[in-house]
Amino acid sequence: MTRVLLRLFFVLALPAVLVAVWWTASSGSTDPFWPPLRTILKTFPDVWTADRLRTDVRPSIVRLLAGFATAAVVGVALGTVIGSYRRVRALCEPVLEFLRAVPPPVLVPVIMLFAGIGDTMKIVVIASGCVWPILLNTVEGVRAVDSVMLETARSYGITGVARLRSLVLRSASPQIFAGLRQALSIGIILMVISEMFAASNGIGFTVVQFQRSFAIPDMWTGILVLGLLGFLLSVVFQLVERRVLGWYHGLRASTRRSQ
Amino acid sequence: MHALLVVSGLKKVYEGSGRRVEAVRDLTFTVEAGELVCLVGPSGCGKTTLLKCVGGLLAPTAGQVQLAGKPVSGPPPGMAFVFQEYGRSLFPWMRVGENVELPLKQKDLGKARRKELVADALESVGLSDAAGAYPWQLSGGMQQRVAIARALAYEPDVLLMDEPFAAVDAQTRADLEDLVRRLWRERGMTILFVTHDIDEAVYLGERVVVLSASPTVVQEQLKVDLPDERDQLHTRVAPRFAELRTHVYEQIQAAKRGTPQDAVPSDVRTDTPPPR
Repeated sequence: MTRVLLRLFFVLALPAVLVAVWWTASSGSTDPFWPPLRTILKTFPDVWTADRLRTDVRPSIVRLLAGFATAAVVGVALGTVIGSYRRVRALCEPVLEFLRAVPPPVLVPVIMLFAGIGDTMKIVVIASGCVWPILLNTVEGVRAVDSVMLETARSYGITGVARLRSLVLRSASPQIFAGLRQALSIGIILMVISEMFAASNGIGFTVVQFQRSFAIPDMWTGILVLGLLGFLLSVVFQLVERRVLGWYHGLRASTRRSQ
Repeated sequence: MHALLVVSGLKKVYEGSGRRVEAVRDLTFTVEAGELVCLVGPSGCGKTTLLKCVGGLLAPTAGQVQLAGKPVSGPPPGMAFVFQEYGRSLFPWMRVGENVELPLKQKDLGKARRKELVADALESVGLSDAAGAYPWQLSGGMQQRVAIARALAYEPDVLLMDEPFAAVDAQTRADLEDLVRRLWRERGMTILFVTHDIDEAVYLGERVVVLSASPTVVQEQLKVDLPDERDQLHTRVAPRFAELRTHVYEQIQAAKRGTPQDAVPSDVRTDTPPPR
């Protein structure tokens, strides 16, 4: 019981301090661009009503998840192919390095040209930014599959789909998850950016609308919502990762102990 | 009658970056069904290369391996491999039971039959309780038992073991040696066991094939005329055991000095040294 309380303390202590600092530092503020936290929190329930959650937050999350999922499927599939064949890797590596170096937000105007300004554009933008860390990490993960495990699979006739599913992808999963984690934060950034360019709904769109209409406390609540969304997604991600990579953390702990 | 496993004129040359390494020169030997044959040779004599060629994991430069009359061109379904590096041979993301079951999924077996084989194999190696554990939760010796169980469940015609006990401590090693002897006797298996340990080869084998230094040829083949019933305590102090191990030791020393007895074709030199 005391351990649970202690952990809770460690989790909550710093956020509580930061909120308190923000609260006191801004309490006497008369600057219209830096409204007191009190005002922001008071505005919050008025702005983020159930109606707005449906019309603005839900579309944002749907686009983010669609883009992220597309990137995950494409990144893992391509990464597995590139990582498995030395020749393909030699062919693709320079191109990948170049494409990766292009900042994804700069693609927004380009993608708008052929994908329009609808949801497709936003999903493509999110996917095109998220795909790189997933792809490159998958390549590394697939390349690093242990040679003895590969020989074991060969000698027992584990080939094709079974080899991919029970050996290659499982062995690469720690790296794939590292890539997915990076991609998730890139995805949130691109979600907001794509909504700021041309949109009629979404969290990014709402924040820009508030800023343009000088509803400054409302704008600040939008930023809080984005922060909360990012936090929640990362918690969900960690839960999934802990389940899928349980073996990996156990293995690492046991090698550490034996050293 | 043909032998179950026939290795004839096997040669393996590694070519790479302008260097040409002849690992195995010319190996010919056979393994009869139900035999336990130990291959022993000086370290670095290409034992692993040889075993990988036999298992179809490496393509030989010349010569051929035949399993039950059929030439081996890739890993045949009738062979199971136990590697030295148990920690890298078991899949850490699968529990012990799943590791043992995985190769069986490639065979046309019903689910019930698979469960039966897994349970039976784990019981044979004394790990019935560990089916739900992950390999990395077990000690080294237990992990190698799991690898052996995986091979047992696969029901191979020939079991290939590549220095399986080189990485475990001496006491565990003795236990595992007895385990292999017991499994061989209980199940009538055919085992080809590679080791660099002379005592282990003599203790385990019905026959010992002594290899020369690289480039490898067969230095000598030797029947081990110890009783079937062997145990660590008595067999290892038996005078006959000492004679045999001394003989093998001398042969290996001769092999290191590079005096292979090429005068006699290696396949007819299946002899037993005279008792002293």
